[in-house]
Amino acid sequence: MGLGRDEIHSIVKERFKDAVLEDHLEAAEPYIVVRPDVIEDLAYFCRDDERLQFDLLSCISGVDYPPRNVIEVIYCLDSTSQNHWLIVKVALPRDNPRLRTVENVWRTADWHERETFDLLGVIFEGHHNLVRILCAEDWEGHPLRRDYVMPETYRGIKNVVY
Amino acid sequence: MNSPENLTPDPLLKNLIFMNSVDYLINLTRANSVWPLTFGLACCAIEMMATGASKYDIDRFGSGPFRATPRQSDLMIVAGTVTHKMAPRVKRLYDQMPEPKYVIAMGGCVIRGGPYVKYGYHVVKGVDLIVPVDVYVPGCPPRPEALLEALFKIQKLMKREKILDKTRRTTKPEVYAPQSV
Repeated sequence: MGLGRDEIHSIVKERFKDAVLEDHLEAAEPYIVVRPDVIEDLAYFCRDDERLQFDLLSCISGVDYPPRNVIEVIYCLDSTSQNHWLIVKVALPRDNPRLRTVENVWRTADWHERETFDLLGVIFEGHHNLVRILCAEDWEGHPLRRDYVMPETYRGIKNVVY
Repeated sequence: MNSPENLTPDPLLKNLIFMNSVDYLINLTRANSVWPLTFGLACCAIEMMATGASKYDIDRFGSGPFRATPRQSDLMIVAGTVTHKMAPRVKRLYDQMPEPKYVIAMGGCVIRGGPYVKYGYHVVKGVDLIVPVDVYVPGCPPRPEALLEALFKIQKLMKREKILDKTRRTTKPEVYAPQSV
């Protein structure tokens, strides 16, 4: 069995100090919130640290929170060798959500970041091919944003609203 | 002079000759060799495959050779959610099929968007916005029996074809509005 969540959080906090903004050990699924600019360093650290060995990026997802005016990007890290995991959240401003890519750390991040870009409009800087993955290439807007309005027609096909 | 009796003087041969209209014969052959297009978009396609497999065995009813090309098929079973990204491809497959062609809309998503009808930004609200549909099969997904019933309805439609009717089933306009809802 791997490290406990509290041990993992303290290892990360020890290395990144005040870049770790919040630590929610009390949550049902504990997570940490980090500053956006350290995400790539944190990814390398989590993957290469002897104690952590997060060799698998399970998921990158995003959530739009208009009341707080942020878009959160959530990284779920998993260690197949150590059998422990960590959830890292990053809060970005809604009007300009930009974040450094982690596709050089885990290849899996390539498509996950494209999906997050497609549906929420988060721009991953340094990504080698940041184009839409689910919606068609000429789609307008990012559908999982709360203020997204469905187009009335798309390529001449009416979007009937019932 | 032109009665069948005069044309077939041999009484033995008379019993072997079957006289009927060309329409009847062509429609009979057409309705009993329906070639659907191999084409599935989502979970309804699993039921469509079950319909073709041994338990429900669509071949019993004169259909079943699922063709790999639209140029050889005369029935399109739209099985599964049609997304906006897929819609041009569906339309293109339909356009490549030779006349006369028939379309079955299988499942709730294909009929009116199904569970995506209200908030599904990516789903075409009914495949009849893209191609003309002959038979609608409701269900989520429909049972194989329901698809077989749709096939029988298609066969009935096929038996009504008239080869000299030039105005018969032409391709309907590019995109046409659905009935008022």
